[in-house]
Amino acid sequence: MSGKIQHIIQNFLKTRKERFQASVPDNLFIQCPSCKKMIYKKKIDKNHGICPDCGYHMRISNHQWTEVLFDHQSVQNLFEEYKTVDVLEFPGYKQKLDQLYEKNVNEGIATGRARIDGIPVLFGIMNTDFILGSMGSVLGERIALLFEKGTSQRLPVIILSRSGGARMQEGAVSLMQMTKTAAAAKRFSNAGNLFISLITNPTTGGVTASFAMLGDIIITEPNALIGFAGPRVIEQTIKQKLPEGFQTSEFLQEKGFVDLICERNQLKDTLHKILKIHQY
Amino acid sequence: MEYTNKIKKTIKSLEQISRTKGVDLNQEINSLEKKLSKVQPEKYTEWQEQKKGHTPWERVKIARTLERPKPQDYIEYLIKDFIPLHGDRLGHDDNAILGGIGYLKDIPVTAISTRRGKELRGNMDANFGMPHPEGYRKALRLARQAEKFKRPVIFFVDTPGAYCGIGAEERGISEAIARNLFELSDLNVPTFTVITGEGGSGGALALSVSNKLYMMENSILSVISPEGCASILFKDASKAEQAAESLKLTAYDLFELGIVDEIQKEAEDFDTNPQPTLEELEKMLYNDIFHYSFMDEQKMKNQRYNKYRSIGFFETDKNQLPEKILNGASGNGKASGGEAGTGFLKELARLLGLK
Ligand SMILES: [Zn+2]
Repeated sequence: MSGKIQHIIQNFLKTRKERFQASVPDNLFIQCPSCKKMIYKKKIDKNHGICPDCGYHMRISNHQWTEVLFDHQSVQNLFEEYKTVDVLEFPGYKQKLDQLYEKNVNEGIATGRARIDGIPVLFGIMNTDFILGSMGSVLGERIALLFEKGTSQRLPVIILSRSGGARMQEGAVSLMQMTKTAAAAKRFSNAGNLFISLITNPTTGGVTASFAMLGDIIITEPNALIGFAGPRVIEQTIKQKLPEGFQTSEFLQEKGFVDLICERNQLKDTLHKILKIHQY
Repeated sequence: MEYTNKIKKTIKSLEQISRTKGVDLNQEINSLEKKLSKVQPEKYTEWQEQKKGHTPWERVKIARTLERPKPQDYIEYLIKDFIPLHGDRLGHDDNAILGGIGYLKDIPVTAISTRRGKELRGNMDANFGMPHPEGYRKALRLARQAEKFKRPVIFFVDTPGAYCGIGAEERGISEAIARNLFELSDLNVPTFTVITGEGGSGGALALSVSNKLYMMENSILSVISPEGCASILFKDASKAEQAAESLKLTAYDLFELGIVDEIQKEAEDFDTNPQPTLEELEKMLYNDIFHYSFMDEQKMKNQRYNKYRSIGFFETDKNQLPEKILNGASGNGKASGGEAGTGFLKELARLLGLK
């Protein structure tokens, strides 16, 4: 084959490939992390991120979560004016924050007011797109404010956790958010209010070891990773492979640390029943 | 100190608004001045000098030396007639935690410490100062007992962190730490914590919910070990020295951040002759315990709550208040729905979070 024809063919194939890629968004199909099947994205979205084949619960966006949990158009965000600052002047933190704000990623947690089958609730939904949903000052402050508002307005609080733990870039200030949120949860609790902690995949470190474990009722999704130390850290420390199913929701329930394991499609219904029993 | 300057600037601006617009902002100004007063200038200048004595990394290494007085030594020196009490009453007794009752001078107290050995055997017995869930539950049981008998609680803390392993996870190390934070934050008796060596993350935090937090001059308190931070964030474990610097984990740094209330200076020969330094610490502790013992219970609890409640740094519309008001700008469109009003006063109230 002459060089020229080869060039024409290559060009043709290239443009066809480009055209094909342009017409097909990258994420038309999603591979299920569990059964590895390629699934039509629309189908997964419709199913709230649950694999239609194996039932695996994938990570969904904050917006999708509000659709799963709350009444249509009932969501009203609160405390949005709190923004992260680089108080320790930690190397690389400022740049990271600027990048995230440029992309409009709104902090490690969104907090607000919404309704579940008509019942008003206060909510927090953690956001892993913001430095792994780690607990910085803003996250701690928003949660404390949420509990305080819940106390003054006698509203139940529901917090959906997913987090890598403390925010290292905020040093001990981040650490203290554990005490701050736990103390706020305690005052909320003393006043007789209901706190439902919804722990999803993955939640580790300072979030598990503070407010997430302090719900009056603790609910998890099936097969979520929940722990204090991450599995890799434990393996490195004890130099031994971890048993199958270690630190999963099912494991935690068996050990007595989780009330309910609930499939995503059943969550709203379950929350509604719990709220009703508590006379909200 | 950027933080102090920021507060000062805000106070000035508020005063200016108060004058020019004739609005009463005394409450806001007072609360900021209170924040500012926590930073005592003379002490600050003195400590600024002492801070230079060692680099953060040097202090990390000093905090970890084997010869350094261990937390149980503090109990031995400071708590008279100490009677150790064992067990969590749930089936375990964690050797990494030492707890019991005795006197600080003439005040009956409950004292709880982590245990660390000065040699390998002692260290192994105490699991290198890393408590299991049972250790935290034992501490909470003793704190509850103190509450019943109206004894103040003193914690002496030196731990690399809570134990990281299969058993600890199985028996709910997260829940145990969370429970301590939750319950201790609301204890009806005053609580005091001395960080004596390493204050390792959540494992140290669960033993340090207190009305006053003291740090020994060469102790550290950190969200993660400098080595861990270096390998995770800087992708290079050898950058621990830099991480120690960045994490702001020394007593002096943490004082500036408003996390630590007092620093106990250590004598040159503290390792071999701890008595003089510990006598100073005893005096400080005694004065504070005395002071808090006469405080109204609710006031005491509020002080502890507010202390933790106020830790955090962020930007809010509140901080942007001066320019905004002075420029006559109204809401930035991000107001939380339903709560934003119109007009200057409502805008001000919203920005100040007064609703
Ligand atoms: Zn699947």
